[in-house]
Amino acid sequence: MSHDALTPEAIKKHVRIYIAVFVTLACLTAVTVGVSTLHLTPALAISVALFIATIKATLVACYFMHLISEKKLIFSVLFITGFFFMVMIFIILATTRSMFVI
Amino acid sequence: MSEAQAQLIPYIDEPHPITGVTNSKLAIWLFLASEIMLFGALFSSYIILRVSDPTWPHGRMVLNVPLATLNTMILITSSVTMVMSWASLMQNRFDRYRFYMALTILLGCGFMVVKGFEYAHKFEARHFPSTNNFYATYFTLTGLHGLHVLGGILTNLYFLFFGSKMWKTNPTQFAGRIEVAGLYWHFVDLVWIFLFPSIYLL
Amino acid sequence: MSEHSHEEHHELGFIRKYIFSTDHKIIGIQYGITALCFLFFGFCLMMLMRWQLAYPGDALPVIGTWLPERYMPGGQMTPDFYNALGAMHGTIMVFLGVVPLAVGAFGNYLVPLQVGAADMAFPKLNGASYWSYFVGGVIMLSSFFLPNGPAASGWTSYPPLADIAISGQTVWLFGMVFLITSSLLGSINTIATIIQLRAKGLSFFRMPFFVWSQFVTAFLLLLAFPPLEAAAVMQLMDRLAGSSFFLPSGLVVSGTALQVAGGGNPVLWQHLFWFLAHPEVYVLILPAIGIVTEIIANNTRKPIYGYKSMVYSVIFLGFMSFIVWAHHMFMTGMGTTMSNFFQTTTMIISIPSVVLVTCLIISLWGGTIRFNVPMLFALAWLPMFGIGGLTGLPLGLATSDIYLHDTYYVIGHFHYVVAPGTIFALFAGIYFWFPKATGRMMNQTLGKLHFWISLVAMNGVFFPMFIQGIAGVSRRLHTPITYAHAQAVQGTNVFMSLSAWVLGAAQLLFIINFFISMKAGKKVTSDNPWESTTLEWATPTPPPHGNFDKVPEVHRGPYDYSLPGGATDFAPQNIA
Repeated sequence: MSHDALTPEAIKKHVRIYIAVFVTLACLTAVTVGVSTLHLTPALAISVALFIATIKATLVACYFMHLISEKKLIFSVLFITGFFFMVMIFIILATTRSMFVI
Repeated sequence: MSEAQAQLIPYIDEPHPITGVTNSKLAIWLFLASEIMLFGALFSSYIILRVSDPTWPHGRMVLNVPLATLNTMILITSSVTMVMSWASLMQNRFDRYRFYMALTILLGCGFMVVKGFEYAHKFEARHFPSTNNFYATYFTLTGLHGLHVLGGILTNLYFLFFGSKMWKTNPTQFAGRIEVAGLYWHFVDLVWIFLFPSIYLL
Repeated sequence: MSEHSHEEHHELGFIRKYIFSTDHKIIGIQYGITALCFLFFGFCLMMLMRWQLAYPGDALPVIGTWLPERYMPGGQMTPDFYNALGAMHGTIMVFLGVVPLAVGAFGNYLVPLQVGAADMAFPKLNGASYWSYFVGGVIMLSSFFLPNGPAASGWTSYPPLADIAISGQTVWLFGMVFLITSSLLGSINTIATIIQLRAKGLSFFRMPFFVWSQFVTAFLLLLAFPPLEAAAVMQLMDRLAGSSFFLPSGLVVSGTALQVAGGGNPVLWQHLFWFLAHPEVYVLILPAIGIVTEIIANNTRKPIYGYKSMVYSVIFLGFMSFIVWAHHMFMTGMGTTMSNFFQTTTMIISIPSVVLVTCLIISLWGGTIRFNVPMLFALAWLPMFGIGGLTGLPLGLATSDIYLHDTYYVIGHFHYVVAPGTIFALFAGIYFWFPKATGRMMNQTLGKLHFWISLVAMNGVFFPMFIQGIAGVSRRLHTPITYAHAQAVQGTNVFMSLSAWVLGAAQLLFIINFFISMKAGKKVTSDNPWESTTLEWATPTPPPHGNFDKVPEVHRGPYDYSLPGGATDFAPQNIA
C-alpha cells in the first residue's frame, strides 16, 4: 500500500472502493449459490464455481489486501508460490489419472 | 528485545528504499505464501480423494448451505470492518479503529458460533470424520480453517486491548501492525471464498 | 524510530540474556549445541542398530543390560525396537540434527553478520523458533518412554502402517508440528533479513555464497514444509478421529478387516511427504555447499571460480527441487508418462549440482592452498559429495531404480551425501568459525586426527552399502541374513559396524576438543585470524550485541583475494 497519498480525501476514496467491493462480493456470493442450484455437468459446475471464487478472491486480494498497489517484491513471492501451488495440484493429479472416476 | 536492539534494526516503520516495504509487510506475505501451500495441499488431497471415489456425495445435498452462505457473508463483512479499522488509524481516528476492530472480532466470533451449530448438527446426525472421506475432508478443511479464524480473533483481541498501547508511543508501527493483521484476516476470508463453493456447493 | 535518546544499557538478567535470548548469535549457539547433542544421540541409535546387523540375535554386552526389557530383552534387540531405532535415527538426524545445525545454527549466527546487519529482522521470532524446535525435540525424545516405544514406521511414516501403528507415531506427528513451525518462522526471518537488512553497498551479487545458499534454503523450507504439515494433520485425523484419508478400502490387518470407512489413498501421503522431503534434502546440502565455498575461497587465497554461475545454479537448483519429488516413488505405479517426467527433471537437476562442485574444484587450481583443519574437511567434502551425487544417478533413472529401490544402495547414496557430505562441511564450519565465536582456536592436532579417522571410518561404513544394495539386500530389515542373497555379503556388515564404532569413538576427539578449546584453546591475536574478506570477520571477537562498532559499508565483492597490487593478499568487503 503506498502510504504517500493518504490525505483524508484519499482515504474517503479508498472507503468508497471498499464498500463497492463488499457489494460486489455479496452479489457474487448470491450468484454462486444460485448457480449451484442449476443442474450443470460436473465439469461446468466446477469451472463456474471456481471462476466466480477466483473473481471474489481477486477483489479481496487487490482491494482489501491492497495488492493492486503493492510492490514488485511481493508479487514475485506470490508468483513463485502460485507456480509451485499449481505444480502441487496438477502434477499430483496427473500421477493419479488412472484412478479417476469422474 | 531491548530498546537499544530495536533501534538497530531498520525498516520497522519506514519502508526499505529499494524494496518499498517494511520488514513486517514482507514477512506477512511470506507467511501467507506458506499458508497458500498448506491449504493448497489440503485442496489437492480433496481433489485426489474425490475424483477417485464414485460414492462421494454432493456437498449441497448433505451440508447446510444457508448456514454456510451466512458464514460467507459474515466473513466478507468482517474483512470490510478489518480494513476500515486500518483506514481509521490512517485518519488518526483511534476511536473509530476500536469500533471497527471490535466489530471484526464479533463477526469472527459469529462465524465460529455458526460453525459450532453446523458441527453440532452433524454430530447429532452421527456424522463424524470417521463416517467417510467426504466428512473427513469437510471436518478437516473447515476445522483447520476455523482454527485459523480463531488465531485471527486472538490476534485481533490483543491489538484491541493490550497491544493498542503502542498507538501512543509509535503510531506508525502500530498502524503497520494492524495492516499486517488485516492481511492475515483477509487471507483467512480468501481461503473460505474457495472452501465454500468447493465443499458446500459442488 | 525511538524517541528515547538516552542509551538503555540496563543489563539483561541471565535468563533474558542466555536462555530466552533474542540475540541471533546466542540463538545460533543454542541451536548449535542442541543440534550437536541430537546428532550424537541419533548416532548412538545407529550404533545400536549396527550391533544387530553385524551379530544378528546376539545379546549386546553391558549396554544391552542398561536398556529397558521391552526393547532389548536379555540384551537381544527385538524387531520392533530395531524398526523404532531406524525411524528415530532418521528423524532425529534430519530434523533435529542436521537442519537445525546447518540452518538454525550456522544460518542464524552468520547471515546477519555476513550481510552487515545488527541482528535478524525479527529477533523475538528467532527466539520463538529455537524454543519451538526445542519443544519438538523434547516431544520426539519423550516417545522413547512410551510403553510401546517411539515411532517405528520409518522416518517417512508411510501409511497404511503409520496410520495404524503404535502411539509413538502420534507423538512423532505432534513433534513434527513443532519442528515445522520452527522452520517456517526461521525461514521467514532469514528471507526478510537478507532482502531488507543488507548493508549499504552489499548488492545481491556481492553477497557471500553462504548467504545465497541460506536464502535459497529458506525458500525451500517456506514453501515445501506446509504440505507435510497438511499431511501430518491428515494422518493425525486418521489416527485420532478415525478418518480414512490414507486407508484404502478392504484393508486386512493380521487376518481381520480394518473397521474404517476406507476409500483413502496411501500414495497421497507419499506425494505430500516427498513434496517436502525432496526439497528437504537440498536444505541439508545447500548450507554445506555454502560453508565449503567460504572455506575454499579463504584457504586458496583466490576468488571463487564462477561465482555468478554458482549463484544462478543454486537458484535453478532450488526451483528444480520442487519438481523432482516422485523419483522417490517410481515403484508406486504412476505410469510411464509421469515416471518419465520425474526422471527427466531429476536428470536436469543434476546439472546445477555438477556446476557447483566443478566451480569449487576449479577454484583450487592455482591457489595457495592452506591445509588447516577446516580446509581438510572442505577438500574431502568434494569427492565425498561427488560419490554421493553420482550414486544418485541410477536411483533417479526409473528403470535402474526398479532394482535398487529400498535396498542398501539407497542408504549408501544418501549417507554419502549427508555424512561425509553435509556433516563434514558442518565440522569444517565449526572449526572455521569457532575462533570468531569464542576468541580461541580449536586444537589443530586433535582436529586433524578427528578428520582422518572420520574420513576413513565413514567410507568404511557407507561404501559397502553399495555392494549390499547391488546384491539385493533390502533396507529396514532386523535380520537380513534371513535371506540367502544377504548371507553372501554378511561379512560387510561386520566391517561396517566396526567402522561405525570407530567413527563414534573418533567423535569423542571432536567433543573433547570443542569443550576444552572453549576454555583453554590458543587465543587468537586478531579479529580476523584466517585473514578472510567477508563481513563477519570485521567485528570484535566475539561480536557484541549489535555486531558492528560502526554500520559497515561494502565496497567490493565477497572474495577479493590476491588482487594485483594489493599490500596484503586479501581485501575485506568493507575496505574501500
